[in-house]
Amino acid sequence: MREELSLVLALALGGAGAGRAETHVEAIGDPVRGAEIWVYCSGCHEIGPEAQASIGPPLTGLFGRRAATVAGFPYSRSMQRAGQDGLTWTFETLDAYLENPVVLVSGTRMSFPGLEDAGERADLLAFLRQYSDKPSNIPEAAPTARAGDPELSEATLALAGDPGWGEYLSSECTTCHQRDGSDQGIPSITLWPERKFVLAMHAYKQHLRPHPVMQMMAGRLSDEEIAALAAYFGALGL
Amino acid sequence: MSLNRRSFLGTGLALGAALSAPSALGQARPRVVIVGGGAGGATAARYIAKDSGGAIDVVLIEPGKTYYTCFFSNLYLGGFRDLASIAHDYGRLASQYGINVIHDLAVDIDREARSVALASGHALGYDRLIVSPGIDFVDGAVPGWDLTVQNRMPHAWKAGSQTQLLKAQIEAMREGGVFCMVAPPDPYRCPPGPYERISMVAHVLKERNPTAKILIVDPKEKFSKQALFEEGWGRHYPGMIERIGPDFGAANVEVRPDSMEVVIDGTPETVDVCNVIPAQKAGHIAGIAGLANDSGFCPIVPGTMQSRIDENIYILGDATIAGDMPKSAFSANSQAKVAAMQVRAALIGARAFPAKYSNTCWSLIDTGDGVKVGASYQAAEDKIAKVDGFVSQTGEDAALRKATFEESLGWYAGITADIFG
Ligand SMILES: Cc1cc2nc3c(=O)[nH]c(=O)nc-3n(C[C@H](O)[C@H](O)[C@H](O)COP(=O)(O)OP(=O)(O)OC[C@H]3O[C@@H](n4cnc5c(N)ncnc54)[C@H](O)[C@@H]3O)c2cc1C
Repeated sequence: MREELSLVLALALGGAGAGRAETHVEAIGDPVRGAEIWVYCSGCHEIGPEAQASIGPPLTGLFGRRAATVAGFPYSRSMQRAGQDGLTWTFETLDAYLENPVVLVSGTRMSFPGLEDAGERADLLAFLRQYSDKPSNIPEAAPTARAGDPELSEATLALAGDPGWGEYLSSECTTCHQRDGSDQGIPSITLWPERKFVLAMHAYKQHLRPHPVMQMMAGRLSDEEIAALAAYFGALGL
Repeated sequence: MSLNRRSFLGTGLALGAALSAPSALGQARPRVVIVGGGAGGATAARYIAKDSGGAIDVVLIEPGKTYYTCFFSNLYLGGFRDLASIAHDYGRLASQYGINVIHDLAVDIDREARSVALASGHALGYDRLIVSPGIDFVDGAVPGWDLTVQNRMPHAWKAGSQTQLLKAQIEAMREGGVFCMVAPPDPYRCPPGPYERISMVAHVLKERNPTAKILIVDPKEKFSKQALFEEGWGRHYPGMIERIGPDFGAANVEVRPDSMEVVIDGTPETVDVCNVIPAQKAGHIAGIAGLANDSGFCPIVPGTMQSRIDENIYILGDATIAGDMPKSAFSANSQAKVAAMQVRAALIGARAFPAKYSNTCWSLIDTGDGVKVGASYQAAEDKIAKVDGFVSQTGEDAALRKATFEESLGWYAGITADIFG
């Protein structure tokens, strides 16, 4: 499958005489390495379906959670205030907190000096994120995906989509995403700006966004097909 | 349904001339006739009508005025949906898409004359025919069971009155009684369906009749999402569900509806409710028209959904041998879009793109505990082949399971709008 896709890609680009698309993006991190780093945390925190409060609060479903909201857990005043002020755990806020906890929440009771290495933080966050995936996060990047967009070459971004092709391809989307834009359990994708649509689909394709159905659906779309879909949905009259 | 070819020719000849395929008569609008207004047929009708802007005469033949979706009918059994919420009619297909919906039964297909005979005695000519009749049961698959006893031992594998009946039987079961399911052998409609049903029955019994037991008599070694279901049953319904597999004789089963007995490998068990889901084949009309092979299902061309036996006929959904794709509404809907595009290409020169197929099946195990399995597919030379897939994991947290269930509600709303407009 991978091979076929890159073949399609190479053929299409070769034919157009363009340079090879830069599809490499900064991955959020390696959850397997993250699991190794987790031993620094697991003395105080539990994670997983049965996780309970321990010395620290349970970290299941952490992404998207308002700070200091695990019922009954005795948070520091400082953390409570941060939660009241609106601190929510996303990739960015967790990254900052892990780098140096007291910089973000000065009076935190977490006695952890921080992880200096950005790569290690990303790995740990990739590990933590596995316990936070929510299908309803299509299509937003936050909170479980890194806020940044996948890096795509200008050539890929500039591809002019064929809306006729997009119309056929869209029939695969509308089994779940309603064309009229209503969303009940599955978000609307109608009338998205084309560029945002393209970035979101590539983010799924490269597994930067977590939803398994979308990773599978986007995973087999070529750059041209993604452009075609974006053109179709972007122009859909309601 | 027993009209044979000769009697068909009798009626067909009388009416055939007036109604034969319009393009064959040099008329402007080519005609597509679709047999079966379910997940496959209604989707195909809607997509052809919607995307051809009136250039194709779309005729949908479906005996029922109300279509009860099998999908989510288990949730109705479990008390999570009411019957009205899984009922759909054909009003919008007629009024908004201009589809000619004929409530009748196709009783024969004259492939040479390109004409479909209806139970009412009429015949309809076609330029292209789409056949999506769903399943029928294999005669004698479960000795002792046939359609004449379906009220004592319901199948509820076609939704509607059968599902209502089964629900009433479950709710009226004596305290501490036994619910038995005779599960079907592969291949059958909706691989996780029997096990989602068991979950929903258990959910009802846990609340109303907690000492009742559930017995599954299953001729298969393994079943879809098995680890997920078994984990869920252990968690939500401990001690309630027992499954007998082929190693304990479940491949040799007979039923005695009069005495409510299930005979497993020679040993009779008396049960209180018995849900018999027999082995399946393509809907009768596919066999009558000579579109099915020895397997009972219809071979198709992977890239187009055309019958391998007749290039003017496209076959969809449960009736087909669709390679790696399971028999599901999602699959039927996905295949219908490929066929609709191909038919438009053949009749009015619309653009045809390479086929893409996909499927996802959600199942509910207990309140807020949803799981899913899915895959994408493409046309290989000899079959529709799986490209990539995923399945929910055991040990997922409650929030994810709840979100998965909510996603299934969105899917139901989405796909029914995609099928019926
Ligand atoms: C309990 C249960 C749960 C399920 N859950 C799911 C699920 O969660 N997700 C999912 O994707 N799928 C699910 N399914 C499977 C799904 O219902 C079927 O796979 C799907 O309906 C197949 O579509 P189809 O078009 O092939 O057949 P159908 O939808 O059965 O449509 C066939 C239609 O053809 C008509 N017909 C038959 N013969 C003739 C004739 N001779 N002339 C005219 N009309 C005729 C019938 O009246 C019927 O309306 C479930 C099935 C069951 C039983």
